[in-house]
Amino acid sequence: MTADKIIFLLCAVLILASALMVVTTRKLIHAALWLVAALFGVAILYAVLQASFLAVVQVVVYIGAIAILFIFAVMLTRREMLDKGVQTRSNWWLPALLGLLILAGLVFLILGQPAFGRTAAEMPAGVDTLRNLGTALVSPDAFVLPFEVASVLLLAALVGAVYIASGKKE
Amino acid sequence: MSIPLNWYLILAAALFSIGLFGVLSRKNAIAILLGVELMLNAVNINLVAFWRYLDPVKMAGQVFAIIVFAVAAAEVAVGLALIISVYRRRRTVVADEIDLMKW
Amino acid sequence: MEKFIIWLLPLPPLLSFFVILLFTNKNKALSHSIAVGAAGLSWLGSMIIFIRALGVKEFGKHIFGSSINWLPTGSTWLRIGVQIDPFSAVVVFFVAWTVLAIFVYSIGYHNFGQPKGDHDVAGLPPHGATVTENGHKHTIPSIEPMYSRFFAFISLFAFGMYTLVVSDNLLTLFVGWEIMGLCSYLLIGFWFGKPSARNAAVKAFMTTRIGDVFMLLGIAFVYSFTGSLSFSEIFKPEMLHALASTPAFFGLSAAGIIGLLLFIGTVGKSAQWPLHVWLPDAMEGPTPVSAMIHAATMVSAGVYMVIRMFPLISAGWTEGMPLNTTMSVIAFIGAFTALFAATIAVAQNDIKRVLAYSTISQLGFMIAALGVGAYVAAAFHLVTHAFFKALLFLGSGSVIHGMEHGVLHTGEQVDAQDMFNMGGLRKKMPITFWTFLIGGFALSGFPVLTAGFWSKDEIFAEAFGNGHLAVFIILAVAAFLTAFYTMRQITLTFFGKPRTTAAEHANETTWTMTVPLIVLSIFAVGFGWVGIPEQFPGLGGLVPNWFHEFVGGTLAELPKAVEFSWVPLITSLCVALGGLFLGWLMYRKVKSPKQDFLQIPVLKNKWYFDEIYNFVFVKPAYWIAEKFTSLYMDQTVIDGFLHSVARFSLFLGHAFRNYFDKPVINEFIGDGTGNVVKVSGSGLRKIQAGRIQYYMVVSISVLVIFALLYYFMIGGR
Repeated sequence: MTADKIIFLLCAVLILASALMVVTTRKLIHAALWLVAALFGVAILYAVLQASFLAVVQVVVYIGAIAILFIFAVMLTRREMLDKGVQTRSNWWLPALLGLLILAGLVFLILGQPAFGRTAAEMPAGVDTLRNLGTALVSPDAFVLPFEVASVLLLAALVGAVYIASGKKE
Repeated sequence: MSIPLNWYLILAAALFSIGLFGVLSRKNAIAILLGVELMLNAVNINLVAFWRYLDPVKMAGQVFAIIVFAVAAAEVAVGLALIISVYRRRRTVVADEIDLMKW
Repeated sequence: MEKFIIWLLPLPPLLSFFVILLFTNKNKALSHSIAVGAAGLSWLGSMIIFIRALGVKEFGKHIFGSSINWLPTGSTWLRIGVQIDPFSAVVVFFVAWTVLAIFVYSIGYHNFGQPKGDHDVAGLPPHGATVTENGHKHTIPSIEPMYSRFFAFISLFAFGMYTLVVSDNLLTLFVGWEIMGLCSYLLIGFWFGKPSARNAAVKAFMTTRIGDVFMLLGIAFVYSFTGSLSFSEIFKPEMLHALASTPAFFGLSAAGIIGLLLFIGTVGKSAQWPLHVWLPDAMEGPTPVSAMIHAATMVSAGVYMVIRMFPLISAGWTEGMPLNTTMSVIAFIGAFTALFAATIAVAQNDIKRVLAYSTISQLGFMIAALGVGAYVAAAFHLVTHAFFKALLFLGSGSVIHGMEHGVLHTGEQVDAQDMFNMGGLRKKMPITFWTFLIGGFALSGFPVLTAGFWSKDEIFAEAFGNGHLAVFIILAVAAFLTAFYTMRQITLTFFGKPRTTAAEHANETTWTMTVPLIVLSIFAVGFGWVGIPEQFPGLGGLVPNWFHEFVGGTLAELPKAVEFSWVPLITSLCVALGGLFLGWLMYRKVKSPKQDFLQIPVLKNKWYFDEIYNFVFVKPAYWIAEKFTSLYMDQTVIDGFLHSVARFSLFLGHAFRNYFDKPVINEFIGDGTGNVVKVSGSGLRKIQAGRIQYYMVVSISVLVIFALLYYFMIGGR
């Protein structure tokens, strides 16, 4: 058991436990906060995977924007909900069963591929991932198009959200 | 780096299943979106793991993950806007009660 | 040349029929001119033929004949054609004269030239027109409304008779026979407004039909046996021999059966007992019709046919042999009818009825003669009878006309035909009187001077000379009665004083009526002299017995003349003169029927044969038609069956509708599928709950299931 394995296991426990709390806790605001914890764990995992930029982006975007957005939404809709009663639907066992089956299936498939058992190779020397990422994002023969499209998507989402959420004056 | 790839993959699978469970079994619409977020994160973990383990020189994996970020953000924004709009209209955020499209 | 004329003989009357009916019906003068012209043309042709025939030596062996192939029958042809042999030459002679005389007579009889009647309707006899003369109104006879139609019908009738006489085969003979039957129906019922006329027409047609059916059977038998219907084929010696020797039904030979069947046709057509009932009733028709049909032509056609078929009837018989069965039957019926009808005639008061029964009786004479094998005598009497009977009928028509004139003049409502209303007409209608007298004497057989004597005497001679005493005696008695009732008739009508005022005012009739009477009386006197037997005392041998030689030549062997014997001669003289004298004696002072002691009911009512037939045949026939066939069979059985079929179909229809169509098709299949869809739809629509999570659960479940299935069944490591 090397150090990174222990770190990984701790991270995994964090992520999964938080995720479980997200989907089971009664109070919605708690769920949002547990989501923050889960996202944080994922960020740590990115860092372990030497995708440092992504770790930071994860914290900034997911936790800093998305999770906050969730909290805002929860606040805005709190009056009605008031977290009364059971928060899961009555037939929650079926999704649970489905989830378990899918998990089982996926695990079975993953473990069935011997190629997935390998360990990571060393990062080649002199590879500047950040620089490469930047270049890839703006290079015409790389991924500039998806990048630009993604920005258009964000613009559209922005406009749409504003429009929808503004609500028409009846 | 001695963690086998399939640890990451199994983790992602578990996260995904948990997210799926959340989507399918929570009453509150916002809670459903939370589940969706979990699933997207699981996907991202998969992507990044594959990037690192298969070919860390090519940036396709990370680019993909970044795009996923952007999409997730857009989706959460629009989704929550919708939920708030519905809430204003029908005074409820319980997904089961938003069933005007039923038979 | 002769053949050409013979073919054309029946044609002018036929054309006249069509032309009058189609074109000239309205124009009375044109119609009668066409009819008389046509009769005249046929008369001319007949005279030419007759004279030519006279000129041929041994005409019987060299007859005029012409035939054509008509109907293909397998490998041979049925031939039809015309022929004139000695017998038919003589017949066509008298037919031509009598037809022409009657046609001319009809012009006057139907009052051509008189005005239309006051209230005459077509279908009833004319009733007279009122005219004003010198300020004095009186009624005169009016013209017949259906004038042209009458001439059309008698033209058709003449066509039928000519066809029958000139044919050389049984088929066209039968055609002519039936055409005459039709015309007798049309003409007896000419005044169709009278119910009695209508009934008489139907009666005539029905009764002759019975005879015709048997005759047709006979013709069919002939054809099936011999394969031909031509006389020349049938009368070949080999054929006759074969016919006579082949046994057929009832112990008779084929010839015997055929002869009998054909004879039954004659029994109907010539009104012999038992099918005699139609002829007296047929007096409902106008008098020219009675003369034509029932004296000169149609009833003679029956005798003509049986004389024509004599070789067949007498096949296997020669003179001196006892008669074969068919001939015995024929002789019996002829003799019986002669006596039977004569007994009825003595009690009749209507002038035409007396003549009707007299016709039946005289036809019986001819048939009895043929039955005993006296071929030539029968033919002779046929010809003479035609002349004097036509004369008598036309004369009676003239009398009736004169009486009607008197009736109209005085307005007295008496029956113009009842002899007891007449009397003393000798002075009022002289021409009619003398011609009627000649005819009456001819009928009675007044010696030497009249034709009837010679022909009747020949019959007596043959009957006696060949030993058929029963026939001889019966015929003698009938001849006595004949003379008796004839003189009774003449006395009542012409002698004495008029018994009614109508008779006092009777007038002689026009020339169109009296001239034919005169012409016919010449024949009634003179025709007898061509048949004087060779061995007759005094007169015999002066003039050759032309008739015997000529007509006798028709048969294969010339029949030899019978030995002369005084017995038949004395008998015929006695019966004729005695009857005439007795008749005159008894009736010259009689004024009313009460003084006539012969008005015995049985005789007056014709031996009740009409009543018997009505009871035995007519009423049962009606019963069968009305009750049995109509009510039981048709309405109850057949209609009942049909109704029950209909009810059953209706029931089936309802059953199908209510038990199959509605529940199964409509509800089960029709509504059922609808319901299935509805129920399944309403069941299945719950899938679309409108709830996202529900959809997702379903879809992911299915995905998992498919994945599992895929893994375990198809894929798999």
